[in-house]
Amino acid sequence: MKAITGYERKNGKYGVRNHVLVLPTVSCVNGVVNRISREIPEALCAPHPHGCGRGSPRDTQILFRILASMVHHPNVGAVILIGLGCERSNTKDLKPFIEKAGKPIEIFNVQDCGSLQTAQKGAEACRRLLAEIKGQERVPLPWDKLMVAMECGGSDAMSGVTANVAIGAVSDWLVAKGATVIFGENTEMIGTAHVLARRAKNDEVARKITEMIAQAEQRTKNIMGDLASFVISPGNMDGGMSTIAEKSMGCIFKGGSTTINQVVDYGEWPAEKGLIIQDGPGYDGDSMAGLAASGSQLMFFSTGRGTPAGFPGVPVIKVASNSRIYEAMKDDLDVNAGTLIEGKPLEELRNEMIALMGRVINGEKTKAELNGMDVFTFMTVHPPF
Amino acid sequence: MKENALLIHPRDNVAVALKNLAAGEKVKARGIEGLAVLQEIPASHKIALRDIPAGEEIIKYGEIVAVCTRDIKKGEWVHTHNLESKRWKK
Repeated sequence: MKAITGYERKNGKYGVRNHVLVLPTVSCVNGVVNRISREIPEALCAPHPHGCGRGSPRDTQILFRILASMVHHPNVGAVILIGLGCERSNTKDLKPFIEKAGKPIEIFNVQDCGSLQTAQKGAEACRRLLAEIKGQERVPLPWDKLMVAMECGGSDAMSGVTANVAIGAVSDWLVAKGATVIFGENTEMIGTAHVLARRAKNDEVARKITEMIAQAEQRTKNIMGDLASFVISPGNMDGGMSTIAEKSMGCIFKGGSTTINQVVDYGEWPAEKGLIIQDGPGYDGDSMAGLAASGSQLMFFSTGRGTPAGFPGVPVIKVASNSRIYEAMKDDLDVNAGTLIEGKPLEELRNEMIALMGRVINGEKTKAELNGMDVFTFMTVHPPF
Repeated sequence: MKENALLIHPRDNVAVALKNLAAGEKVKARGIEGLAVLQEIPASHKIALRDIPAGEEIIKYGEIVAVCTRDIKKGEWVHTHNLESKRWKK
């Protein structure tokens, strides 16, 4: 495999892309961002549905953390922030969280001059910043500066047999290389506290794993009541899953089998390397945002039923669990792990995925990138008011 | 050799059928030798890699996913009829 390369950032991190991000602070100004997107297709425009209307300390923490992390993200070389003026995450309050990002940031507020003028000013700034960062060259990227997220969504009975097993093999390979691997989706860890805690680096990490899974279980019961006992369904059993632990293992095996070094909060930056668990939700969009905010430069995403979703600025490598969905959604899926069913040895598939990952890191676009299938939304815990 | 089953982790005492296996069919998978299934095994279901006495743990993904409730023979189908959850007993 050729050496991997990236864009070195002032804070010592490396990006595998070099985007100009156009980020709205609140959904009210998404239209402005969409206008800029139509005018400058190469801009990384990331509209989202949040920014105001929720007041709890936890929702505010998540809001500021996710927006700030998008600005800080190593795949982003420069930022245009489009604010409204009166929103919760207004540009003035956001500023202290982003001023140390070490990259050009230009800020515009719609309440200063209206949407059309803001779009025009934003587009001009975007052209300028694109030209400014264009000359930046790729340099060798040390493996220990790489963080890869592992996600699954639209799973089927084969996900835990083919795609997640192949992704798990890639995870183990990455950890051996010194890279960091992160996965989340706490609802899908239910039933595995006893196995995951045993793999923890120390008692403190083990305690956090047990606590996180117990909370996820309690939340599920609070919301779904008796239905929570159906977390393993008759359909799961037909697919060969005998217990909730087995079903969950099929999901979390995408993180591989190495020692769990840290449990981070949703969107929190890990202090450790190696395998990291994020205490985040299972819903694909929300989960991807948390994993990206934690600093992942790249994602693998397994799917059996099929989803085209990508994430703004972060290449997402889609892995099909079966050949039928791979053929049906060939334009959206990058890897066919269904080939394991047809007799391809796991090691051969793993090596192909590692080679593809290397090419993607070095600039080859994933299907989700080519098709513009970005999804950007993030977790909230309380209802809007 | 076209593989028809998968040994996910070297610690595992079960393999996963990659397609429907007929009774007597030979298991072809990396890390597994000289195993034929004793009964029909549906695709994505588990096959015992050795005799597993009642009360022993079922290991898949290198981790404990269940405890078997009766003696399981090498090559037998492993599912809800001969195991139970370690945490939630039937």
